[in-house]
Amino acid sequence: MDIFLIIVGAILTNNILLTTFFGLCPFIGVSGEYEAAAGMGMAVIFVLTLTAPINWLIEHLLLEPLGVEYLRFITFIITIAFLVQIVEMFVARFSPALYQALGIYLPLITVNCAIFGTSLFMVFWELGFLESAAFGFGAGVGWALAILAMAAIRERLRFAPIPKGFEGPAITLIIAGLMALGFAGFSGMINIQAFGG
Amino acid sequence: MGTERARVGIEPQRAVEAPAPPLTRRLAQSQSVRELVKGLWANNPIFRMLLGLCPTLGATNMAVNGFTMGISTTFVVVASSITVSLIRRLVPSEVRIPTYMIIIAAYVTVVDLFLRAFVPELSKALGPFIPLIVTNCFVLGRAEAFASQNRPWLSAMDALGVGLGFTASLTSLGIIRELLGFGSVFGVQLLGDWWEPWVIMILPGGAFLALGLFIGLIRYFSPGGTLGGA
Repeated sequence: MDIFLIIVGAILTNNILLTTFFGLCPFIGVSGEYEAAAGMGMAVIFVLTLTAPINWLIEHLLLEPLGVEYLRFITFIITIAFLVQIVEMFVARFSPALYQALGIYLPLITVNCAIFGTSLFMVFWELGFLESAAFGFGAGVGWALAILAMAAIRERLRFAPIPKGFEGPAITLIIAGLMALGFAGFSGMINIQAFGG
Repeated sequence: MGTERARVGIEPQRAVEAPAPPLTRRLAQSQSVRELVKGLWANNPIFRMLLGLCPTLGATNMAVNGFTMGISTTFVVVASSITVSLIRRLVPSEVRIPTYMIIIAAYVTVVDLFLRAFVPELSKALGPFIPLIVTNCFVLGRAEAFASQNRPWLSAMDALGVGLGFTASLTSLGIIRELLGFGSVFGVQLLGDWWEPWVIMILPGGAFLALGLFIGLIRYFSPGGTLGGA
């Protein structure tokens, strides 16, 4: 179980945005400007790298021994909400510069399904602790890569003659479709699910 | 003669009033019906507000998946809206979002266990997308924007309208993708052997393309131009 392979797999072959659509709402909403996209991408990497291993600990040290796995959704979402809050306070206290960059994006992350979805996949695929941390980090980098690529494309599109009705979300979705087709070329290289069990 | 003409003059007014039967008029004027209808089109979460997009793509490779996803989400949004509305005076505003999230997560757990017990194949096909209703932004959006300020009955109607609008959108997208990708609708083979299935339609790339074209065409043909969205 190579940690490096899990990270590369999460970025390219199992990109959470382009293969499972996690985090699509902020992807459409925030990809209009490159700087905003960069801030959101950084915030997602940051929070995902923390939430995946912490939710792993909760799942295996708390829910499983007590036999209350059915409380998984509730505990995961509470953990994510609290963690985002703590991260926000921590960043504001110790790194005002980083807070300036991430500030407005951190609260939005609680309802970013990429965070919750990654924790669920970690459980479904029965990843270990380090693998979960690696998967969280890789998934975050993959999401950030996708939104940065989309923001760069949309900057170019600003002066393109787009048909009426297709401006904004519609053209963004169509471009995302083409990107997903491109990323499908990586499929089969590494399969993260094969690492499970 | 004079009275005759007066009567004729009055009659058209009566004729205008008469065709509107009292029941439909009362229905059209009742606020609950208006909230219900608003959710179906004007506030349609997908085509108008662009919320809740991940399940829209992830659960629509087949019509039946889209329909199940829509009905499950409708249940969660109606139940959580009623609950939020009932406790709206008890929740301090600083902790309202975490409270709503917990309420929504509880109802999603109910749906997930129900599907796993009664339709295990569907539950497996939908995979992570049923749990992901927890982070579906329009469910939280209805709780925050409507149910936290309105009576339970109105909140239920508002949530039902939005939920049914969501279900209709998901089912129609599922029908299109299944028809092009498998040649069938709800598992019934419609197109014959001559039809070469478009495999791309059931892949992630095709999902993005189909929704992008769908939204673009709806905006192109709908009067009043674009509403909402990013």
